[in-house]
Amino acid sequence: MKKTLFLSFVLVALSQFVSAQKYFTKNGSISFDATSPGSPENITADNRTVTCVIDAANGNIQFKAAMKAFTFERALMQEHFNENYVESTKFPEAKFAGIISNMASITLDKDGSYPATVKGKLTLHGETRDVETAGKINVSKGKLTATASFSVLLSDYKVNVPGVVSDKVSKTAKITVNCALEPLK
Amino acid sequence: MQIRIGSILLAGVIFSQLAHAQDDLLGLLGEDKPQKEYVKAAFKSSRVINAHSMEFLNPGTMDFRILHRFGTLDQGYKNFFGLDQASMRMGFDFGIRHNLMAGIGRSTFKKEVDAFVKYAPLRQSTGPGSFPVTVAFVGAATIDGLPWADPTRTNYFTSRMAYYFSAIIGRKFNESFTLQLTPTVVHKNLVQLQTDPNDIIGIGVGGRLNLNKRMALTWDYTHVLDGLPTGYYNPLSVGIDIETGGHVFQLHVSNATGMNERAFITETTGQWGKGEIRMGFNLSRTFQLKKHKG
Repeated sequence: MKKTLFLSFVLVALSQFVSAQKYFTKNGSISFDATSPGSPENITADNRTVTCVIDAANGNIQFKAAMKAFTFERALMQEHFNENYVESTKFPEAKFAGIISNMASITLDKDGSYPATVKGKLTLHGETRDVETAGKINVSKGKLTATASFSVLLSDYKVNVPGVVSDKVSKTAKITVNCALEPLK
Repeated sequence: MQIRIGSILLAGVIFSQLAHAQDDLLGLLGEDKPQKEYVKAAFKSSRVINAHSMEFLNPGTMDFRILHRFGTLDQGYKNFFGLDQASMRMGFDFGIRHNLMAGIGRSTFKKEVDAFVKYAPLRQSTGPGSFPVTVAFVGAATIDGLPWADPTRTNYFTSRMAYYFSAIIGRKFNESFTLQLTPTVVHKNLVQLQTDPNDIIGIGVGGRLNLNKRMALTWDYTHVLDGLPTGYYNPLSVGIDIETGGHVFQLHVSNATGMNERAFITETTGQWGKGEIRMGFNLSRTFQLKKHKG
């Protein structure tokens, strides 16, 4: 009995130690495209200062993006994005907290490309909604590259698109995530 | 006893692992350092209505501005509430730096060309090293394009010229309310009467109150402290800004017709009290000339 207990204790402790590896980046990229079909202007922006952390032990994954760090081709568009659409002063960050549900099938010590199913909660403009998407994790020389793409309905996040610009701004935004992560020491 | 300690330890480890799963992973990277950030969008446009605002164009953008001032409302339907008579100014403004812009325009009134430079040595900001207000300066010259009133005397080109200098001290108090003070001095090289002063000093008060995300109430008043000849009054304009994508419409009523500081501060002949007010609008369309970076 004592032996089993000790053994399980060691195992648990060991598992904690072995799989405690976390990966992170502070300059990941998230871009979005909310261009209406037929719009003369592209409603696109990207943010290259996204923070992302993955905990390999349990597949937990979290993102954080400063709204004001989304850059647009047109300065005025960016100003309107911050002022009128996502209200960046009131809601400065977008966050995602979720889990890679098939983390067990991703072997981080072996190079390769693995499909990843991510489920979690996206908080944007003060609204939190469940998001699920199929992404990919590439493992190469101990570093990870996480990519995913999914669409969100702007009205879900109470981002209001007025009628006069509905021919330019779509009701949905396609979000593309691309983060190269390094081991966190 | 040992078993009990062991099981407590085990439970502890499992619990820590579980607790761990809920962890704030982003917190592991430490807090972000707060950064100095300049306050933007204090006004929807680079003008309150007539006067320059504390707002600047973004660098690399051009603002094409078409301004109209109509006849007085008190003429009634005969002149379609003044809309039958229009005076206009067409202008181009350019954003050079975040705190530097310049522009040129021409008004039908006096066939006048005006050009200005606006620069803000201090900008309202938040975060470390923040500053509570924006302080900006405007320097401008105007050139009267009318034929000489008296061609028989010796006329100098400089007689066509006037200048104005404004200081703008403004603050965006919160997301919807902005207020600015604008002391201005107008210097005219040539005045109509010998008794008219060459220098006129006024202090402007301009503000904005957002009604919703795309509409704002604006007001723009200049109190002339000294030197306004009789028959001329302080200009007061009240308007609504409407923003639609790349356009800003500024609709207003005012007793002034002038569309540059020389004209609206020193040559406003209408009186609010007598109903000598007129409708007017500023239409602003911004173009991105250079690719925007950050």
